[in-house]
Amino acid sequence: MDTLVARYSAPPSQHQPLDQDEQEELMEALPPLSLKFALPPIAQPSSWLRTMTDDHANPNCPIKIAHGTTTLAFRFQGGIIVATDSRATAGNWIASQTVKKVIEINNCLLGTMAGGAADCQYWLAYLGMQCRLHELRHKRRISVAAASKILANLVYSYKGYGLSMGTMCAGVTPQEGPALYYIDSDGTRLAGNLFCVGSGQTFAYGVLDAEYRYDLSENEALELGRRSILAATHRDAFSGGFINLYHVKEDGWVKHGFNDTNPIFWKTKLEKGEFSNVTADLD
Amino acid sequence: MEVLLGLTGRDFVLMAASKAAMRGATILKASDDKTRELTKHTLMAYSGEAGDTVQFAEYVQANVALYSMRNDTDLGPGAVASFTRSELARSLRSRSPYMVNLLLGGWDVLGGKDVEVESETKEGKEGGSDAQDGKNGKAIKKTGCARLYWIDYLASQAEVPYAAHGYAQYYCLSILDKHHHPDIDFDQGMKLLKMCSDELKRRLPIDFKGLVVKVMTKDGIREVEFDDSAPVKSA
Repeated sequence: MDTLVARYSAPPSQHQPLDQDEQEELMEALPPLSLKFALPPIAQPSSWLRTMTDDHANPNCPIKIAHGTTTLAFRFQGGIIVATDSRATAGNWIASQTVKKVIEINNCLLGTMAGGAADCQYWLAYLGMQCRLHELRHKRRISVAAASKILANLVYSYKGYGLSMGTMCAGVTPQEGPALYYIDSDGTRLAGNLFCVGSGQTFAYGVLDAEYRYDLSENEALELGRRSILAATHRDAFSGGFINLYHVKEDGWVKHGFNDTNPIFWKTKLEKGEFSNVTADLD
Repeated sequence: MEVLLGLTGRDFVLMAASKAAMRGATILKASDDKTRELTKHTLMAYSGEAGDTVQFAEYVQANVALYSMRNDTDLGPGAVASFTRSELARSLRSRSPYMVNLLLGGWDVLGGKDVEVESETKEGKEGGSDAQDGKNGKAIKKTGCARLYWIDYLASQAEVPYAAHGYAQYYCLSILDKHHHPDIDFDQGMKLLKMCSDELKRRLPIDFKGLVVKVMTKDGIREVEFDDSAPVKSA
């Protein structure tokens, strides 16, 4: 009976929109993944990695992975806003305050980095390379759906090996319009209007959700993105540094600065009267 | 996953606590009131270890009431907070410490700025202390002010303009950082609370069954109707 049903019911992939075919074609064209990384000569590399890097369970762990971030991206009427902080921490140590957490994959596609700094940097650079190869092979720019799926399939193939990344891919293409995808190292890949990723995500969500509308004007959207990152840098110890702001439009992305949070915080406090729990006077 | 929120305004303190009483994966009650009135003007909202919470709150309530009976005067919110904190600090070093997080809000009748009032109209009853200034028949009266104290189970205490405990901190403090101002009126306060409640409904994975909302003003403590039945839009 089951074989009969299987024969006459169409596979679900036939009902998928066109970009699915495109993705499959793309995945076949990719060079086979090289799994020839040097792995520690033991039975369970992932559990070994965990014992070496789990700062939470063992503060004396020999390898401190750079973590802690706030990144956000949201779709609106005028395109996509992408904003990040710029702090990298390794344990309680602030390793850098000037990290570029937005990677410019091409002039229409952006990726964001949260999680292990090395993992993100390496694999987003790899994604950039694959996207360029796609362009050369197919004589047209890669769709956001396909680019995000390259990354999702890649990290999924390494599932259990201890990768740590939470990224977003944002871009505008003629086929899809503005598109936003969330990909993490579990292999989750989600399309959506609004994502915040990283240790400061809840604080950013708080500000962003409260005033987010799809029909935000360009200036409102930029300000909301900036203010959401500021909220997170204020409350999350592992976020801070500079606010990196991008706007992705139909004809490519535009960078709106890499600005120090400290003057922005005091300007916001003194001019708008926000952050009323922070007092500058000593009484 | 218990929610405690508090915020102060020009002439009030708002406090909200989630209605769900949870044990493990079960909601035992969906209309729980996690607050206790300590004095006419002071309210305590609590969360934490089951059993400890109510025991501790009622212990404080009883001792504050005892003070009022012995001395024929109520403790102000600041004094209540100090007493509560010190009891928590004492318990912390005992064999079985209370694991309780608290928000303590109240209207401080002795706080705020001095104002001159006509001494004929005796408004001392309404809250506020009078000091006769015999010369011109004027009396000095306090305006009173809103007070909110954040106290955690490690007996840290802080006076704050707005506060939260538990996961609500992660979602609501950034909203309050942005939208709170010290001189907001009651309606603006309720709007702020609605913003916080909406965000929690949107992002918290577990249903906290809505909020009990109470407001403290110069006239005492009052429960407020809080309608959050409308579905929350998500991006």
